[in-house]
Amino acid sequence: MDGVKHNYPNPFPRNWTTIGLTVLFVLYVIYSVEAMGLSWPRFTQGLSHAGDLLARMVPPNFTRWALLLEGLIESIEIAVISSSIGIFLSLFIGLMAARNFMPVWVSSSVRVFIALCRSFHPVIIAILFVKSVGFGPLAGILTLITASIGFIAKLFAEAIEEISLKQVEAIRATGASFSSIILFSVLPQVFSRFIGFATYQFDSNLRNSTMIGIVGAGGLGGTLFSAFQRFDYDFVAAILITTIFVILVWEFISILVRRIFI
Amino acid sequence: MSKKQSYLDLKEVNMSKTKSYLEIKNLKKWYVPGDLILKGINISITKPEVIAIIGPSGTGKSTLLRCINRLVDPNGGEIIFKDLDLCQAKGSALRKVRRHMGMVFQEYNLVERLSVIENVLTGRLGYMSSWQAFRRKFSQEDINTAFELLKTVGLSDHAKKRADSLSGGQRQRVGIARAVMQNPDILLADEPTSSLDPKTAVEIMELITNFSKKNNIPAIVNMHDVKLAQRFATRIIGMSAGYVVYDGEPSGITDTLLKEIYGGEEWME
Repeated sequence: MDGVKHNYPNPFPRNWTTIGLTVLFVLYVIYSVEAMGLSWPRFTQGLSHAGDLLARMVPPNFTRWALLLEGLIESIEIAVISSSIGIFLSLFIGLMAARNFMPVWVSSSVRVFIALCRSFHPVIIAILFVKSVGFGPLAGILTLITASIGFIAKLFAEAIEEISLKQVEAIRATGASFSSIILFSVLPQVFSRFIGFATYQFDSNLRNSTMIGIVGAGGLGGTLFSAFQRFDYDFVAAILITTIFVILVWEFISILVRRIFI
Repeated sequence: MSKKQSYLDLKEVNMSKTKSYLEIKNLKKWYVPGDLILKGINISITKPEVIAIIGPSGTGKSTLLRCINRLVDPNGGEIIFKDLDLCQAKGSALRKVRRHMGMVFQEYNLVERLSVIENVLTGRLGYMSSWQAFRRKFSQEDINTAFELLKTVGLSDHAKKRADSLSGGQRQRVGIARAVMQNPDILLADEPTSSLDPKTAVEIMELITNFSKKNNIPAIVNMHDVKLAQRFATRIIGMSAGYVVYDGEPSGITDTLLKEIYGGEEWME
């Protein structure tokens, strides 16, 4: 290469900012481990306790199946009711949050509302609802409706924002009303994704409905919590196995649902 | 097709000698203030014929067409259609005028996940309440018309297929069927043949011309292809830099004129 008189600059220059930030981050992780008092002996000690716990869990004890079934049925009812209402509300809330269909003041305020619904873990929301409407399934249902809105209304909104506006334009050109435009050009484009989100949210509500029982919001979680407190670890194991079984059954159903709709 | 709908809310135009299908007066449009795309367009349509608008890209042909059915809002001037100034129309009045204008798009703009026949039927949405639309409650007459139209455009066998399974030419046929399904008083076609091969382009233009003749309505077609325009249109409007620079017989399009419209001359050899 005779023609090259001088070196061209390296197109991948060293970025000192990135290097500095990475070093700072690693130092912070090391500091945090130190501050939390984490150490290897504590971990190995913990493992032996865990071994004891597992040993007391086998064999699982299904003799109190009536109690288990009662809690399970309540959990499934909570999940079905809260998913149906939550997903239905999310359809409209999601549309209102879509920036390509709504004026800025509507979409941004609805987005703040959605963010509020999502900003706390369901257990914290469940505590708030238990305090306000009392112990029982109603608190659980309200909690999971809130959680559903916080999660899938946002996903719905994003799906709507990604659609092809050409199809919308064509339907608008036929003189269709706003709701007809939504029905015939927006929904067909997002429907299969909505089904995916909805089955996922039901799955998530099913899992959460067993958990929020711990703070008194109804369902299998209450049974689980009292079993833990009475050291009935074999019954705990029975509850956990049942929960896993229910989730697996739903996984199977949701595959079928998706196959039908997509 | 029967003209069943009476235009209750719009005064019926009393045509004595020359019917005015569309009157565009001093139409102006800008997207960026001060940068005019349409610099005062005047077009008067008094005959139910095929009118081709030719001109280079970016000259405002698309914007002009979209101003007519108000997919784009004009900034000044008047568009008189069925005795109504479209520039002032709003809300339900605007929607009721829109349903009398069929629009055909360059990229077909079919609702991909709906079936072909459902796409054709969406042409009736402007005549239905939202509740009817929600229940997919199309009248038997509309359903019959939709299937007849599909037969006319040669797609009877594809009625139940999803729109995204069709080829470009087939999609545009569905697009035309959807526009005609509106039972329009004018057809607007925005570059309907630009995405198609030359043979299909001719077939699509034939369809548009035939519907225009059969329904006795004007069709305004934006085009790149001057030869195709001369072959099918009985009137050609040449646009350049936001102005109408030619409006008349296809035979009046000369090389000098084309040079003026498109600029340069190397491309003509």
